[in-house]
Amino acid sequence: MPRQGLIDRRLAIFLLGLFILTVAVPVGNLAMAGKPVPTYLVALIGKYLCYALLAVALDLVWGYCGILSLGHGAFFALGGYAMGMYLMREIGARGVYANPLLPDFMVFIGWKHLPWYWWGFDHFWLAAIMVLLAPGILAFTFGWFAFRSRVTGVYLSIITQAMTYALMLAFFRNEMGFGGNNGLTDFKDILGFDLASDGTKVGLTMLSAVALAGGLLLSRWITTSRLGKVLVCVRDAESRTRFLGYRVEHYKLFIFTVSAMMAGVAGALYVPQVGIINPSEFSPANSIEIVIWVALGGRGTLVGAALGAIIVAAAKTYLTGALPEAWLYALGALFILVTIALPTGVLGAVETGIGRLRRRPAAKEAEA
Amino acid sequence: MSAHHPHAIGGLPPEELPQLYLNGVSRAFEGFKAINNLSLVIEPGELRAVIGPNGAGKTTMMDIITGKTRPDTGEVLWQQTVDLTKLDEADTARLGIGRKFQKPTVFESHTVADNLALAIKADRSPWATLFHRADVAEAARIDELLGIIRLGDKRHRMAGDLSHGQKQWLEIGMLLAQDPQLLLVDEPAAGMTDAETMLTADLLKSIAGERSVIVVEHDMEFVRALGCKVTVLHQGSVLAEGNLEMVSAMPEVIEVYLGR
Repeated sequence: MPRQGLIDRRLAIFLLGLFILTVAVPVGNLAMAGKPVPTYLVALIGKYLCYALLAVALDLVWGYCGILSLGHGAFFALGGYAMGMYLMREIGARGVYANPLLPDFMVFIGWKHLPWYWWGFDHFWLAAIMVLLAPGILAFTFGWFAFRSRVTGVYLSIITQAMTYALMLAFFRNEMGFGGNNGLTDFKDILGFDLASDGTKVGLTMLSAVALAGGLLLSRWITTSRLGKVLVCVRDAESRTRFLGYRVEHYKLFIFTVSAMMAGVAGALYVPQVGIINPSEFSPANSIEIVIWVALGGRGTLVGAALGAIIVAAAKTYLTGALPEAWLYALGALFILVTIALPTGVLGAVETGIGRLRRRPAAKEAEA
Repeated sequence: MSAHHPHAIGGLPPEELPQLYLNGVSRAFEGFKAINNLSLVIEPGELRAVIGPNGAGKTTMMDIITGKTRPDTGEVLWQQTVDLTKLDEADTARLGIGRKFQKPTVFESHTVADNLALAIKADRSPWATLFHRADVAEAARIDELLGIIRLGDKRHRMAGDLSHGQKQWLEIGMLLAQDPQLLLVDEPAAGMTDAETMLTADLLKSIAGERSVIVVEHDMEFVRALGCKVTVLHQGSVLAEGNLEMVSAMPEVIEVYLGR
């Protein structure tokens, strides 16, 4: 079984684009007079890149293993909360209540002590570990029970949806100690860098691009391995895979956990760039939107998922500004259009188109 | 040694132990007894055909042997030592039981060669597959299997592009790749041309001897071509056992197949 190359043409083109972006953003924003890349655009690009990483994470489980998770927003949000907790502790005594020991929202609800699960979050390294562990452990535990009981298909999708909804309700509660309704916000700096400065914003955007490239390479490495082929077997003929001696639930658990951790990293990069994390990130609608990104871009292509996220997010930015009430209709229409007209997603359609253009001149030469 | 004298088995040397031993196995689904006090002994290297009308319990029998379904009562023993009722599909596959489905089931979006490579006996853990590297031995084994199932020229084709008969053969090839000691083959001749059917019978006959093979089949011509001992199932238990001429002459078998 010859292993496919790690970087195919598709990925190479995308990584090149990403590289150009990481050069253009700092140069255009920091080094050139007149700022051809305005700061608001830098923040927007950074946000899109986080979404793209989240979409790649979902494509890994849905596109390659057939697990349609409607709760991936939960893993993204957990990563975001872990980062948000660090950023809250970084505020220190600079909050409204100037309390050096407690974040503002805890002072506001009358708490006297920092709850145990906030301990250590003033250290960046602990937060960074929790960005991976919190979503990873949730995914592992959830998957352990769901996959062992052989919950599949629509039923699995529904319970992933219930999972993120339950977490949303939990995080809304002030007693949970995560800022309730308002979430975590008013961040000042990250590792000493001022979050409001252009330099930090550019840095975070570049970091998001690196994370997306890393996520794509890791996903590509996994999906081109034999394990990746087994995942496709599980997607296409689960029972056959079992009768060949593969313990299907272990494979699902592996990829689900890896994917959740990747989503967590996306969330952790997202939060310092948008400046807030609140329970609405857990909302079921958010998770469904991720599925639309992947379907639109091209399921099971990784790069397509990333493109889908960027296209939809950019369309959302434009439409929610121009015609706010039209956005949800546009999203719905887009999804229907893609399902009917582009079953292989935008990437699939573009590649087929290019293939046709290439063949046409070749055919003409053959005639002549 | 027959199914009716299981106690005679105990004193035999290990190589004479039956490959598979079912004794008094029953399984009901919501009151319907799919398998009812079924006993069956398969010797190492034996080729056995199992026939019976629809609903006779053939598929449930295979589900029980492969650990997909747990019996309500009865013993299912592998080489007289391993209790198959405690295992699941992956366990029984690793133990050496290969199963071919009635509807040919191959991995359609993988190539023919990949289908075989994924079936070759090896460490099945995610860790091992993540770091797996193809080697010369594996390539040679794939070549050998492609020769046996006559798909050498389809090596790089997607399995989804194969014809129905070719998919049946690929699935049999995947079974062989697993290097099982017992093959359960469900209606291998379904949807095949006459020529393919005869080739399949020859293939199964050549596999038996080294491995035990149980073939479930409707097609009497195919069973005749196998030329082996036949077990007739009816309402979840064994109605008759013997060679095809003998069982097909029995009045109760004729009644089940033709009567009412």
